[in-house]
Amino acid sequence: MSEQMRPLDGPALDIEQLIQDPRTRIIVCCGSGGVGKTTTAAALGLRAAENGRSVCVLTIDPARRLAQAMGLTVLDNTPRPVTGINTAKGGNLSAMMLDMKRTFDEVVESHSDKARAQQILTNPFYQALSSSFAGTQEYMAMEKLSQLRAQADREGTWDLIIVDTPPSRSALDFLDAPERLSSFLDGKFIRILSAPARGAGKGLGKLVGAGVGLFAGVLNKVLGAQLLSDLGTFVAAIDTMFGGFRQRAVETYALLAAEGTAFVVVAAPERDALREASYFVDRLISDHMPLAGLVVNRMQNANAEDLSADQARAAAERIEGDDATVASLLTMHAMRLDEAARQRRLVARFSGAHPSVSMRGVPALAQDVHDLDGLREIGALLGQPT
Amino acid sequence: MVPDTDWPETLLHVVSGKGGTGKSTVAAALALSLAQSGRRVMLMEVESRQGIAQMFDTPPLPHEERRIASAPNGGEVWALAVEPEEALLEYLELFYNLRRAGSVLRKMGAIEFVTTVAPGLRDVLLTGKTIELARRKAKGISPAYDAVVLDAPPTGRITRFLNVNTEVAGLAKVGPIRSQADSVMSVLRSKRTAIHLVTLLEEMPVQETLDGIAEIRDAALPVGSVIVNMRRPHVPHEQEIVELTDRKRISAGLATAGLDKGKTRIADVLLSEAREHASRLEMESVERARIAETGLPVYDLPVISGGIDTAALYELAALLNEQGLA
Repeated sequence: MSEQMRPLDGPALDIEQLIQDPRTRIIVCCGSGGVGKTTTAAALGLRAAENGRSVCVLTIDPARRLAQAMGLTVLDNTPRPVTGINTAKGGNLSAMMLDMKRTFDEVVESHSDKARAQQILTNPFYQALSSSFAGTQEYMAMEKLSQLRAQADREGTWDLIIVDTPPSRSALDFLDAPERLSSFLDGKFIRILSAPARGAGKGLGKLVGAGVGLFAGVLNKVLGAQLLSDLGTFVAAIDTMFGGFRQRAVETYALLAAEGTAFVVVAAPERDALREASYFVDRLISDHMPLAGLVVNRMQNANAEDLSADQARAAAERIEGDDATVASLLTMHAMRLDEAARQRRLVARFSGAHPSVSMRGVPALAQDVHDLDGLREIGALLGQPT
Repeated sequence: MVPDTDWPETLLHVVSGKGGTGKSTVAAALALSLAQSGRRVMLMEVESRQGIAQMFDTPPLPHEERRIASAPNGGEVWALAVEPEEALLEYLELFYNLRRAGSVLRKMGAIEFVTTVAPGLRDVLLTGKTIELARRKAKGISPAYDAVVLDAPPTGRITRFLNVNTEVAGLAKVGPIRSQADSVMSVLRSKRTAIHLVTLLEEMPVQETLDGIAEIRDAALPVGSVIVNMRRPHVPHEQEIVELTDRKRISAGLATAGLDKGKTRIADVLLSEAREHASRLEMESVERARIAETGLPVYDLPVISGGIDTAALYELAALLNEQGLA
């Protein structure tokens, strides 16, 4: 049962057209946490697959029941076929959950020889960086995306990859990755760090040059000799693969900016979520990334055609003495309408600031989604003709 | 004077929650409520979103402690939006008297490395700054705070964020970094810290809260309470609405109210709304029971229909005072 919803003001985002168009090869869903981004990614994937496309959905950190709905019970960093979908139109659906550490390990392995890879993988600094520290996720999500795309091109496995992004502003940090890596690599920092391990100097203190002595002193003082030597070994070991790393970042950036990629920003009809959506939209536009539009999830759906909020309140007052329960129900109806109106005002404000951005509202369902039927229902709501 | 509170020993309140649950709002309200009865409270944000400035309707906050609100009896709320770069330079100055090294480090690309290429180190700086504020004794123009409220990263990242110094301690076996990491962890693991998780009374946020609590406890960090935010407004007789399954009764009510036109259709709409309401109430009671199983104190805050502004924050703060969180 899919409820119809009055379209939002502003240009309509035609999801059906987007996922049906064979030229659409990558869809990136981004937005702040708690707005139903993963659900949107999964629902788009299921709908596209049941419409005949070969789809892979890459999720970052799905809620447990949503993961189960897609059969994601093992975390092995490989896409697994989702069973229980309708394949009548010849499509198929695979899904995977990102394993950040394993993805990082794979990058290391593919960019260096075996001995060196081993040296990196066992380095304590690397282990902390790849599994515990925040921020690595954003890079690894994009790394995995380009791996999947390469696999799709090579083996003809998928014609559409849908990727969910981590729930933070830093989700767009990967846009900066090429520049950041470059400034890092071209800086002296990495040279100095890797110097002792290369055996070039007899410790940092021996390096000469303006500022370098001071800098080395700082490092020694702040980091301590043992950490510094771990870090040095690490940097020296990854030094050779950094070139490949940068190259990869540049390629991923190009892939994201290319025709065939579509960014879908996801939001909920709340002030904070829409503010974050504005940030994403502005950032994508300023980077000339192909922005498809905005999906606003969980809109209060309210039927005002037959009974307006004012009418409901007046009626509630009139029958308060006769049937207080029905009176309450009428009051609740009025509150629903007020809430729906408030949400539309918020969305209208976003639209006013971004008049060219296409939008699509999705009504709230009574229950959280935890099976394929639920995803199908969301997909149908997303795909409704505009 | 410390008012009547469930948390008399707590110096640092860490507020986390799933995205979309309003944790920043709760953190701000908690800071205001702690400032009642004349205390000076620091409200920190670490995710560069300028949420505090928006809520308190002030210009964007620089990396500088500013007084942003006052409470009765001379209470004050100060705020700081931490910038990792500045925090790094401060850190160098504070511990090593090396501020002038900053420009050299910048030229080297080291600041870039620390704050972006290795973003985990960012968390080290942010937690370090938090603890510095919490333990600070008044000195010169720097005030001391009676309490610190940290608007922390979301539930999914909170354990990793707070526990980052344990990682550091694992990397640096000796030296100043090690002692700094140990001292940060000793405050975070003590009774002087309480980690509060904000949730909605819905399945996914509650699940994430329960998972978060388990993770935090595994890391031997102190969970404080669960704060159920954005409770929907109370409707009288809402329990009775559950029993309202008779369309005739609704129609009769509509007729009494003089709404004869389109009565059947309206009754259908209302009936389906009554059903939805019933399933919502049931879901809420299930979720509340799951939260109760944690054995943690629970505090409730209502949804604020007009959106969050300073007046709304004072309103929420008063509710937290009433319930004893502050």
